Amino acid sequence: MSLGRDIRAAIVAIVVFTVAFGLGYPLLVVGVSQVLFPGAANGSQVKVAGKVVGSSLIGQNFADVVYKNGKPVMMNGEPVTTPDPRYFQSRPSATVPPYNAAASTFSNLGPNNTATETEISGNVQTYLGLNKAPSGRLYDPAVRTAAEVPVDAANSSASGLDPDISVANAKIQAYRLAAVRGLSLAKVDSLISTYTTGRSLGFFGEPGVNVLQLNLALNRLSGGH
Amino acid sequence: MTVQGWAQIILYMVLLVALGYPLGMYMARVYSGERVLLSRVFGPFERLALSAFGQSERRGQDWKHYARSLILFSLAGWLLLYIVLRTASIQPWSSYAGVQFHAAPWDVTFNTTSSFLTNTNWQYYGGETTLTYFSQMVGLTVQNFASAAVGIVVAIALIRGLVQRSGKSLGNFYEDLVRTVLYVLLPIAFIAALVLASQGVLANISHYLNVTGPTGLSQTIAQGPVAGQEAIKELGTNGGGFFNVNAAHPFENPNGFTNFFEMLLTLVIPVGLVFTYGKMVGSRRQGWAIFATMGILFFAGVCVAYAAEAHGSPAQHAAGLHTAVISGSTGGNLEGKEQRFGIAGSALFDVVTTVTSCGAVNSAIESYTGLGGAIPFANLSASEVIFGGVGTGLYSMLLYVLLAVFIGGLMVGRTPELLGKKVEAREIKLVALGILITPLAALLSTALAVASKAGRASISTAATGPQGFSESLYAYLSQANNNGSAFAGYTGFHQPNPGNLGSAGVALADLVGGFTMLFARYAPILFALAVAGSLAGKRVSPVGLGTMRTDNPTFVILLLGVIVLVGALTFFPALLLGPLVQALTPHLY
Repeated sequence: MSLGRDIRAAIVAIVVFTVAFGLGYPLLVVGVSQVLFPGAANGSQVKVAGKVVGSSLIGQNFADVVYKNGKPVMMNGEPVTTPDPRYFQSRPSATVPPYNAAASTFSNLGPNNTATETEISGNVQTYLGLNKAPSGRLYDPAVRTAAEVPVDAANSSASGLDPDISVANAKIQAYRLAAVRGLSLAKVDSLISTYTTGRSLGFFGEPGVNVLQLNLALNRLSGGH
Repeated sequence: MTVQGWAQIILYMVLLVALGYPLGMYMARVYSGERVLLSRVFGPFERLALSAFGQSERRGQDWKHYARSLILFSLAGWLLLYIVLRTASIQPWSSYAGVQFHAAPWDVTFNTTSSFLTNTNWQYYGGETTLTYFSQMVGLTVQNFASAAVGIVVAIALIRGLVQRSGKSLGNFYEDLVRTVLYVLLPIAFIAALVLASQGVLANISHYLNVTGPTGLSQTIAQGPVAGQEAIKELGTNGGGFFNVNAAHPFENPNGFTNFFEMLLTLVIPVGLVFTYGKMVGSRRQGWAIFATMGILFFAGVCVAYAAEAHGSPAQHAAGLHTAVISGSTGGNLEGKEQRFGIAGSALFDVVTTVTSCGAVNSAIESYTGLGGAIPFANLSASEVIFGGVGTGLYSMLLYVLLAVFIGGLMVGRTPELLGKKVEAREIKLVALGILITPLAALLSTALAVASKAGRASISTAATGPQGFSESLYAYLSQANNNGSAFAGYTGFHQPNPGNLGSAGVALADLVGGFTMLFARYAPILFALAVAGSLAGKRVSPVGLGTMRTDNPTFVILLLGVIVLVGALTFFPALLLGPLVQALTPHLY
């Protein structure tokens, strides 16, 4: 066969492939999914009073903007935020700003790097700080040092958008939430078990607590912001 | 480590064989030209496509003609993909959430194009901030199918060379290509995409979503036609993420089930092809022997990675964390890992993705412990023969089988034979070259990158000490093996704004990486096809008492030895400087 015929075959083939697999296949998947699973295919949106407040699969930063003299304090072009103690806190996130769901990223911190230790220690301090009431009392009296902080609360997630925290992490934060919101610890703990996503099909993966859904449930119980 | 963790790993191995075996038998029928159940549906499309390509006669091609068709098809694909990626600003759907998307710079695009053509899917860019939906679909998804099919057909051609007793034909490239996408890739990918979409993987072409959360902070949530690409990315062992964090993103991999499902998709074809080989050469035991070799290396890797990650990292221990399993927490090194996958689900995914040429990740490989991170290094150092990429794994492994047969033959003083065909000087020269190309490309490009200032510019600032060397070595090892996973701190792309306005490439990293991927993909393909051509038509000598068998445990051990020795001799010095030194010390740098 001639080279010319081979070149023609290659060009026709890549054009046919492009139409079939670049337009046909992906748009067919979109179309069928939109009919069969519209909720899942559109981002598992969570609504409160008809307004979308987030996605049940995407974590959020439950924090408040810091104001000084009536203006938001800015750092590197982003408003500085501080964790809101009235909400369960998500895992540390490496995106800028935290939980930026339009630009996911890993922390890429190595196992033997001082930068990693600094980062972890910072996260631990924030976590321990939140466990301390303004009066100096510890919300969860058992959590005093880094040794009691669950690893998911000290290490940033892979996506920077992890929607879950570990059950151990949630149970510690429950003490704070109960005190700040004036609820009984048992009530908060029962909410935690309601919003604990078990292993898929009871077997795959690890259990986790969906932070957005848990926080929304708390708001329904004791008022929002 | 937990019982549930181990149970998931064992179930994975079992399901892999349970699904891979029947798929392998099915593929053997597809490539023997038999009618299969799907012929009813896709038969007309197959005939239509082949007649459009001028191949209705399905004329057999010798190895040179087969290779020429493959190279021309790849070249046409390269040019088209480069054009698609460079015209982002005039594409439909090119602005989201008020951001107008532009093309990435030429050097980054060169890298990306070469990356997707070669089934590598190395990504210096983040999908959601860099590419339009149009580029993702019309550019990348197309090559996810095409590059996977190209890998598979080379393996099939090599098998045909091994069994062909008369004539020089290895089959028809276009017939194999079309039958691969229609009867294997498309049906499985389509069903898998719907399964993923039902679990929460996105399948829309909507604008990015703007929401205001309970505390009043706003959040922009990326959207897109993810499910289709996700399915073929795993099935074709491509591995290019729709989003920057790949399969760690909840919209690519929403729960423990999808994580498990995606891991099965990744390995099912590579495992199946091993059994296809056994069936097509007329002795299923040959397939099982290769499967055993791969399975042993795979399982060993999983055990080490799981144990190392469950133990935790020196940085965690220095910060005072306790990394043991406690009630309600898996413990372990959870830096760069998602809660829903945990340690076991992350470690297993990590091994699955680095033994194949997939390179999708559900956790940050850069943040793995020294020993846990040494496993991906070791898998890459074995040149992707532990199951390997679709097709590439099998043809690379068959080159090692030929080498093992040769070494075994020398040891017992017999003429080396595989399946009754004499392995002679010409074949063994081609085999040796085919095996050495990948390590050569990886080591030379790493040396260039760490020895030059322009190369070191790609190392991330936090990666001090051996981590910086590990980042560089991994980058070129991954690209040379057409894997695509990364120590993702290593960068070849600076992007100050989403949408690429004002972005710039790091030319050295982009170009060296791009050429490495192309060279280490197409040179071994040519050597594999040349070996096939050389073996095709050779006389088959009858099995006798003196024949060295290639389907028994002795041969499995010999093959294991050859793979480990070649990998270790080539890479041990380099690995010592990076991951191994990190594994051996609790010291922080």
